[in-house]
Formats: sequence, structure tokens, C-alpha cells
Amino acid sequence: MTGWLGRLLVERLIRLAWLLPLAMAGLFTLVSLAPVDPITAYVGARVADVGPDQRAAIAQAWGLDAPAPERFALWLGHIARGDLGSSITFNAPVAEVLADRAGASLTLIALAFVISFAVGLGLGLTAAATRGRWPDRAIRGFAVVLTASPGFWVALLLIALFAVGLGWLPSCCAAPPGLTADEADLAARLNHLILPAATLSVVGTGPLILHSRARAAAFLESPAARHLAAHGARPGWLVWRPGLRHALGPALAVHLAGTGELIGGSVLAETVFAWPGLGQATVRAALGADAPLLLGIALATLVVVFLGNLAADIAARLLDPRLRQA
Amino acid sequence: MLRVEDLSVAFRQHDGRLTRPLAGVSLTVASGDCAGLIGGSGAGKSLIAEALTGTLPRNAELSGRIGVSGRIALAPQAVTALDPLARAGTQIARMARLAGRRADPAALMARLGLPEAALRAYPHELSGGMAKRVLIATALATGAGTLIADEPTLGLDPGAADRIMALLAGLAAEGTGVLIISHDLPRLVATTTRVTVLREGRPVETVPAAAFPEGLTHPFTRALWDAQTWTATEWAEAC
Repeated sequence: MTGWLGRLLVERLIRLAWLLPLAMAGLFTLVSLAPVDPITAYVGARVADVGPDQRAAIAQAWGLDAPAPERFALWLGHIARGDLGSSITFNAPVAEVLADRAGASLTLIALAFVISFAVGLGLGLTAAATRGRWPDRAIRGFAVVLTASPGFWVALLLIALFAVGLGWLPSCCAAPPGLTADEADLAARLNHLILPAATLSVVGTGPLILHSRARAAAFLESPAARHLAAHGARPGWLVWRPGLRHALGPALAVHLAGTGELIGGSVLAETVFAWPGLGQATVRAALGADAPLLLGIALATLVVVFLGNLAADIAARLLDPRLRQA
Repeated sequence: MLRVEDLSVAFRQHDGRLTRPLAGVSLTVASGDCAGLIGGSGAGKSLIAEALTGTLPRNAELSGRIGVSGRIALAPQAVTALDPLARAGTQIARMARLAGRRADPAALMARLGLPEAALRAYPHELSGGMAKRVLIATALATGAGTLIADEPTLGLDPGAADRIMALLAGLAAEGTGVLIISHDLPRLVATTTRVTVLREGRPVETVPAAAFPEGLTHPFTRALWDAQTWTATEWAEAC
């Protein structure tokens, strides 16, 4: 019974084996070609005090004067030893920055994932249950509006409404002013999590509503549903039991496969809400020409997206036995 | 016990006209009785099954009398009527629960000649003949006194078709009223006590199975019989 899982894992490991070097070469090329000068970024405001000789000395100390292939080989060698380099902007090893900030980002992304999955599946099934009638049309309209709404705009709307207008929720940060996240109690931390998570959940909800609706509706119109209905199954039961079962696999697969979009959305959400996660670090690294941190975040993102896609494939096969044979 | 008198189904079309694809059908299936229903494609056979199980499309208008004592269950024509994401045993138990009963799927499977392992199989893992049996099992799980089998031999090889027909005859012998809807006249005649013949939604006649083929008087029924037996023997000789 578990033969399919072993086959899938081997197949994906092979894919990772060529994908990772390819992505690393691509990332390195992009960062090398980027029109930012790490020395200028490092020197910052003291630019007037630093002459050409000193710049050359820094470049030599960092190995920036070596040809690109040599620098790439050096970088690969360091990564192979588990050394991702040091972040200029945070003045700390990249691995440490990643470890410090991954928790905040993963909390945000996980909560957004759960919210959009529950809302998307729930609304999708409700639409399927009332298909052709006004709740269905309203939900489909809502899904299209959600899909078309940029994340930063939703964030600003939410802040205007819940933080400024109603004053119910904080508009920024992971903890009350003056406290670190560790000092704040759980209630305060959850309170700060709601708006960023709601913003981020907007990304995946629209497609999920339409997908769940389509799958559940296809089941409800299938001969299998008619067979059950002919022998006493009520419409509500058909939607929320076997209908939910039919929508669950495709919905979870689509949602997990959208991990990349969720991470992309988290960069925006973390910036707008000053959330101390990797998304915010990405923006600071990009603005500060912090090549080691950018590369480290990109590699971590690559692994997370890869794992998300792998989880999508496993979920799809677990929930639909017909897919296990291929 | 199932008694149908003067059954008629009409559809109101978009332009307001009324079409009547089924009219004047009467038939009776007593407990322990095995009756057959035949007609060409589009003769309204499946429409009768839908009318009897209350699953007609919403724009259909039903008239006539349907008298049923006990529950009536349908084993549909297509094996796609099985839920592709549920195990056979689960589907049988689910159908029983919908009817407010507790079924013993294992016993039901044994009664239908299915191996115990088929309980845990998903529909796509079953052969055509086994899937048909599971469909019949889902219908029987409702505890119905009357079973309608819609095209039970469609898509099966001759051996599997014979076994399904024998199974249905056996169910009738155990006391279930069985109505077999089929276009397979030779097997229908071999299995049932009498056959009701439909032509384009109108009843032609109801003939005792014993009357086939010498006792046939109606030319349509005779033509139907000749067409199918000729095909069967000619094919056998040709191959």
C-alpha cells in the first residue's frame, strides 16, 4: 500500500538533486548582476571618508575582486560546510538571522494557511450546496473580488477599519510597544497576529473557494450522488459528508502547492505590519544589498516551497486512492 | 410488492410544449417474483426506474399510480454510481444507514458471491462484474423488498453477465421482488417469469417468458427476439 510513497519520494529527491544546483547558479547570477554595490551599502553614510584604496581593500578582504566562477565555487564550498555567510544588515551569521526570524514567519504563514483553508473550503461548499441561487452568486463574486485584491491594499483597508476606525486591533508589530515578543503574553501576541494573518490569508482564499465549489458541485451532479439521493440521502448531508470528502483532496493539494504565493504574500504583509519575520528581513536585505542574507532566504524559501509541493502531492494521493496507481 | 398502473411521464419544454416520453405503462412485481422490462434505446426504460425511485428531473410531470409495500431500491446502470472515494464496505454500510438500518456488509458480500477482500476495495480496483455486484449490494443494504436492476449485464462479458442474472434470480427465490431492466432479451427470458415490452415509451405487451419464442404473436416482440438471437448465433458461427 505504501509503495507509491516510496516511489514519489525517490522521484522528488532526484528532482531536488538537479533543481538545487540550478537554482543556486541562477540565484548567484542574479545577485552578481544586481545593480547594487555591497561596499557602498556597507560603508553607508561614511561614504565620504572612504577612499578608493580602502574600497579596494574591502573588496579584496571579501573576495569581491575574484572572477565570478571562483566566487561561486567559494560560496558553494561554504554552504557545503553549513556556512551561509554573514549578514551585513543584521551584523550576524545568516543562519542565525534565519533561525531567529523563521518562527515569526512560519506562525504567520501557518495561521494564514489555516484561515484561508477553512474559509475557502467552507464558502466553496456552501456555494456548491446553493449553486445557481443567490448565496452561490454572492460567494463567487466575493471570490473574484478577493482574487483581484492586492495584498497591500487589503492590509491598508484592514488597518483603516480595525486599527484606526474601530481601534480593536493593533496596526503594527508582533508585540505591544516597548515589549519584545518574548515578554508579551499570549493574548497580546495573538492580538497582534490577527490582522497580518487575515491579510495574508486573502492570497489563497479566492482560488480555494472556486476550486472547492467546482469539485463539490461535480460530485453533487454525479451518478454516485444521485444513487445516494435516490435512497434517502438529504442534500445537506450529501454536501457536507461525501461532498466535503470529494472537495478535500483537490483543495488541500491546490492550497499546499500555493505555498510559494503565501511566502511572496508574507513579504508584503510583514512589511506593512512591521512583522519581525523573514519577509521583512528580505526587504531589508534587498535594500541593504545584503547578498549573503538574500541568498540564504532564497535557499530557505526554495526548500519550503519544494516541501509544500511534495506535501501537496502526498495529500492528493492520500485523499484519492485513484492517484496512487499512476 | 410493486404495482404500477398507467404510469406516464411528461416534460414541459422551454417553448411550453409538453413531450410525453413514457405513457400507459402498467406492471406488477410481487415478492419473490422476477419480472423483466425490455425496449430499444430511448424506449423509456431508465425513465421508469427514475419514476419508481423518485429521482426524475425536476421539470418532469408524473401521473398514474405507483403502489409499493415496503422499500424500493435501484441498482443503477452505470458503475459510476459508486462513490470513487469510498471503500465498497463503507458504501454498503452508508446506504444501510440512510435507510435507518444496520447492515452486515460482510454477510451481504458473501450472499452476492463477492470475496471478503472486496469490502476494503475502492471501486476502481473492482472488475466490471464485481462493481455491478457491489451496486446491487448497496441497493439491497437498504432492506428493500423490491429491487430494480437497471441494465445489470451492460458492459460485462458473457460469463459475468450469466452470473449476475443467476444472482438476481436467486434473490427473487429468497423472497425479494426483482425487476430487471435490460436490452439483453435472451438472458431476460431465461431469468424472469414474464417480460414487459416497451416501444418508444409505450407498452407493446407483457409476455410470459415461457412464450418465447414460439408463442410470440406481436410482430415487434418477435422482431426484437429475432434480432438478438440472430446476432448471437451468427456471431458465434463467424468467430
